[in-house]
Amino acid sequence: MSIDNFTGHISQRFDDELDAVKGRLTEMGGIVEQQVGDAIAALLNADVALAERVVKKDKSINKLEVAIDEDCALILARRQPAARDLRFVLSIIKTTTDLERIGDEADKMATQAISLSEEGKAPHGYVEIRHIGQHVSRMLSEALDCFVRQDVELALKVAQEDKAVDVEYGSALRAMMTYMMEDPRSITRVMSIMWSLRALERIGDHARNIAEHVIYMVQGDDVRHLGLKKMAEKVKQR
Amino acid sequence: MSNPIKNPLAAEQLVADPVPSAGEPISMHPDADLSKTVGKIEVKNAKMSMRSVDVFYGDKQAIFDVNLDIARNEVIAMIGPSGCGKSTFLRCLNRMNDTIENCKVTGSVLLEGEDIYATKQDVVPLRAQVGMVFQKPNPFPKSIYDNVAYGPRIHGLAHSNVDLDEIVETSLQRAGLWSEVKDRLDQPGTGLSGGQQQRLCIARTIAVSPEVILMDEPCSALDPIATAKIEELIDELRSRFTIAIVTHSMQQAARVSNRTAYFHLGYLVEVGKTDDIFTNPNHKLTEDYITGRFG
Repeated sequence: MSIDNFTGHISQRFDDELDAVKGRLTEMGGIVEQQVGDAIAALLNADVALAERVVKKDKSINKLEVAIDEDCALILARRQPAARDLRFVLSIIKTTTDLERIGDEADKMATQAISLSEEGKAPHGYVEIRHIGQHVSRMLSEALDCFVRQDVELALKVAQEDKAVDVEYGSALRAMMTYMMEDPRSITRVMSIMWSLRALERIGDHARNIAEHVIYMVQGDDVRHLGLKKMAEKVKQR
Repeated sequence: MSNPIKNPLAAEQLVADPVPSAGEPISMHPDADLSKTVGKIEVKNAKMSMRSVDVFYGDKQAIFDVNLDIARNEVIAMIGPSGCGKSTFLRCLNRMNDTIENCKVTGSVLLEGEDIYATKQDVVPLRAQVGMVFQKPNPFPKSIYDNVAYGPRIHGLAHSNVDLDEIVETSLQRAGLWSEVKDRLDQPGTGLSGGQQQRLCIARTIAVSPEVILMDEPCSALDPIATAKIEELIDELRSRFTIAIVTHSMQQAARVSNRTAYFHLGYLVEVGKTDDIFTNPNHKLTEDYITGRFG
């Protein structure tokens, strides 16, 4: 399904309002995706200038969050949407919250990148950041994709990916602890890497949340806290 | 039974509520299957039970094979575009269609298991059992007191004037009107505001202790405050009565009803819990209607 699955209301302006808010959400998603990519790159390349740009740009994400929520409040007040229109607006409101948090996590990673480059590069942990970073970036991009295309199969895949990221995060943490025990002088710097890994793991959680909002929006099934197996059953039922 | 001398209630209602018009023709959705109702039509221990109901106005069929149960003490809302048959169906439930010439109803309409279209059924007590409130408030040109006392008098429900006073007071209280009119019961009912008149009509309906109350767009002539009062009243009445309400306001259906039935072109397309219908309906036509997508 494309963006025009919201057309066809008797009120053309209602269509326009829904399309506009969807457009804004897509814009916000694009910026957030870029921020995450930039934050990872800034960490890996010790690029302070890039990290500072990420920190600065977080404000524009916050502004978009407020603007989209306001649009949604107006739609609720004006149109009293029902059924899938209602689910669409609710999902948008929840998704903006997740996107804004992802923006915050990118901001945290960029801050770590700045402090790391001030203290000299961390001796370890870049492999883990690169690996989990790639995984999480792909999840985020798929989560945004399934929102735009209303693709529940892809949404289910994103949720399943989150499990894999959690496992990778666990083993990365164990590796970091080993480094700290081996070389206590590196603790501060390895901690910075750990905070960044933590941020990436959280981004994966938010991507999964977005995927769950998509399943609710498309099917009307609330799959939060269900577990992957039951979630897959719900998706397959339709 | 449409003889106005025999049945003055019917005569009043006939004047106030003309024969429903067919409305604008609605274009059929190409992939719409109307013949089978989506959702659960049966309920346990139903108050009313309708099976294979067809309604014809002359040659024109207005209702097609509708099957539906109405549960005890539930509020069921009937929604759908103009001309979908929801009012026609509602009027079958107390044989109000008898008052329309050329109108033929087939199938069965059971109230507590008894067929209300049976030949031995007298419609005057039936309409006391299954009362009706109309779109436009239609108080009799009588005093407020007499409006409410009228039904109990003709049905012989009051044995003394004290009895009658009590019925009038209780009915007005249940209709939420008592405190507003208790000092002017002798004034004409037509002198009240629109919302008060509608609550007076509800008081008149409940004065004869009905089991079921049918409401045909009871709020469409009222302002939002009067509407809110009626909705509040419906909420209170549901503990005593079974209520079927036809409404054009989907928000109203969503607010007041337990179950919602969606009619389209004379078919019952979908019926289900109101909460489900308004968040996640199963039939595409229902979804298109409640989201405002009909062209």
